[in-house]
Amino acid sequence: MLAAAVLAGCVPALAQERAGSRPVIVASKPFGESYLLAEMFAQLLEGRGFRVDRRPGLGATEIAFRAMQGGVIDVYPEYTGTGLLAILHRPPQSDPRAVYAIVSREFRGRWGVHWLPPLGFQNTYAIAVRRETAERERLATLSDLARASGHLRAGLTPDFIGRPDGLPGLAKAYGLGFRSVQALGPAVKYQALAAGTVDVIDGYSTDGLIAKFDLVVLRDDRRFFPPYEAAALVGPGLIRDEPGAVVALTELSGRLGEEQMRRLNRRVEVDGEPVSRVAASALAALGLVGASARPPVAAPSGGQGLGAYLWARHEDILRLTGRHLLLVGVSLGAAILVAVPVGLALERMRRGAETVIRGAGVLQTVPSIALLAFMIPLIGIGVVPALVALFLYSLYPILRNTYTGVRDAAPEAVGAASALGMTPGQVLRYVRLPLAAPVIMAGIRTSAVINVGTATLAAFIGAGGLGDPIAAGLALSDTKMILSGALPAALLAMLVDTALGICERMVSA
Amino acid sequence: MPGDVTLRAVDLSKRYGEVVALDGVSLEARAGECLALIGESGSGKTTLLRCFNRMTDPDSGRVLVDGAEVGSLDPIALRRRIGYVPQEGGLLPHWSIGRNVSLVPWLRRMTDRAERGARALVLVGLDPAAFAGRKPRELSGGQRQRAAVARALAADPDVILLDEPFGALDAITRADLQETFLRLRTELRFTALLVTHDLHEAMHLADRIVVMRAGRVEQTGTPDDLRRAAATDYVRHLLERARVAS
Repeated sequence: MLAAAVLAGCVPALAQERAGSRPVIVASKPFGESYLLAEMFAQLLEGRGFRVDRRPGLGATEIAFRAMQGGVIDVYPEYTGTGLLAILHRPPQSDPRAVYAIVSREFRGRWGVHWLPPLGFQNTYAIAVRRETAERERLATLSDLARASGHLRAGLTPDFIGRPDGLPGLAKAYGLGFRSVQALGPAVKYQALAAGTVDVIDGYSTDGLIAKFDLVVLRDDRRFFPPYEAAALVGPGLIRDEPGAVVALTELSGRLGEEQMRRLNRRVEVDGEPVSRVAASALAALGLVGASARPPVAAPSGGQGLGAYLWARHEDILRLTGRHLLLVGVSLGAAILVAVPVGLALERMRRGAETVIRGAGVLQTVPSIALLAFMIPLIGIGVVPALVALFLYSLYPILRNTYTGVRDAAPEAVGAASALGMTPGQVLRYVRLPLAAPVIMAGIRTSAVINVGTATLAAFIGAGGLGDPIAAGLALSDTKMILSGALPAALLAMLVDTALGICERMVSA
Repeated sequence: MPGDVTLRAVDLSKRYGEVVALDGVSLEARAGECLALIGESGSGKTTLLRCFNRMTDPDSGRVLVDGAEVGSLDPIALRRRIGYVPQEGGLLPHWSIGRNVSLVPWLRRMTDRAERGARALVLVGLDPAAFAGRKPRELSGGQRQRAAVARALAADPDVILLDEPFGALDAITRADLQETFLRLRTELRFTALLVTHDLHEAMHLADRIVVMRAGRVEQTGTPDDLRRAAATDYVRHLLERARVAS
């Protein structure tokens, strides 16, 4: 009950307020071009008088599309090839018009989701190598790569390794077989390639980083990769509630060329210009909206030193830390209020206790990002699902320690206390619980530290906190931006642990 | 000295799964008497002891305390009027000695619990001024066991159950506590049931001895009865091993 009260007290404060006409919820996937396109959508809509709720870097295809199906977001930039293969699970096709026709018909029929006319450029997979590798191995095409692949190490995004139009299909089409394949996050693969840790990576053809690291993109001479035309994907809710917004979004259709896009991406990913400014200037150049930049969620670091960057952002960092602490405090508090009584109850029953505790343990083994993804269709995105996920993650250590701490507390003292006439309730309150208190506190500390770390992932479902600059920094390959979230988070974990350690000493004194 | 029967067990049986702990055991202890239960581990002596404060309920048979069937009594109330001393003392480690010895008076909502605790400490030879404020871990093993005896006595029970109370102590400390116990018996005249595996201790402290083996009573008698006429080979062997046979 108390847990519910705590939740009820805090959630409204955290949740975005919605008054008057509803805002258009614009999301993106977590990489530079998606951020930029989403920001262009958002500014275009704002320029046409719509209110916008931004969810940048929401999640990869599965998460973003699930959020759209669930009606929690209205629009995000998607690629026709991804729709065909990853969402519809259809075989690849090489004709862009046929692909667009299939996805727009199927998405509308199945989910009421609309593909607006394509923006005008393709961003297909690009297989890239270092220039010296290309020269040494005489690589220009993917057929050349197949010949040399036996002694090359690939570093590919997990997405690419798994999807049929990624590595499995590519390997079959070209007869590729790499010496080793390593899964690398989008944020680190370019660095890994430049540093020589791997020899081949997958990228996107409009990546600005391809130019920055002077990489060679190998030509898809057998036309394996299907067309990936970028377009705005629009959910049924927006079409119903704000048809005007959909019309506004079509103003971008056919206006963005591939060369132009690579230039814009470069400004964001390589030069570190704020996404909002690049989007504003691109829209201005297209004559769509006058220059109007909103303060960015996470400012790129540019050429500043880390200290100067952190100092310049200290107000933002403080605000994000406060938000982070609120996420941790509410979810951990609720977990304590649930897990301690349940642990005590299980100790009284014993039978079945291990099963329940192992159940909570299994929850712990679900990867956090997967748990967050499961949450989307159930409770949407934002603060509430993040709190639920963090709450679930905090249960196990507290439950386990409460149960075993109380069960194993000084058996001879427990035996004597009941033999002298303490009721079971008195034994619990005066003997077991005080003796188990240090063990229970240790469980709470473990949960707290895990929670502070896991809460950084809450940014991926739009709950905010110190994960915001980490997610954005990962997408933009901006180390300083990542550190501006990661360092305070680590510091926070230590502080929380220390504070709880002091509590623990007071409890056991 | 022996008066009315205070503790009585009639034909008790108890099994834990396949293991027979008690197999038709009967005994009685008169008011003010000290009865020692002796036997090897697994002989059922502790199980028998625990039937008297309902820490264990027998499968069959009757247990009476002061003429009342314990099965008809509230176990919590019963335990609060029977003293209990376990082998390891069982003091609550996070409570002071003073609070530990006042436990039963506190549970019985006696208003003079602090005085009772202090009096009990004096009885067992611990100065309340020096010991009441200390935690159990600050005491020696012998002092802790004295405190455990004090705790059992603080509410002036008529009956005390002792489960190998001095078994974990060194020989000298054990002898000191045994003398204290004898003195307390003559001063307070409680009825005692003493579980021990030490025949010397049983003969020294008890009025009568119940020899148990595999859940059955082999012989019941005074120390002299046992010495003069062992009823079974097992008892004879026990006496020989302990070198107390006449």
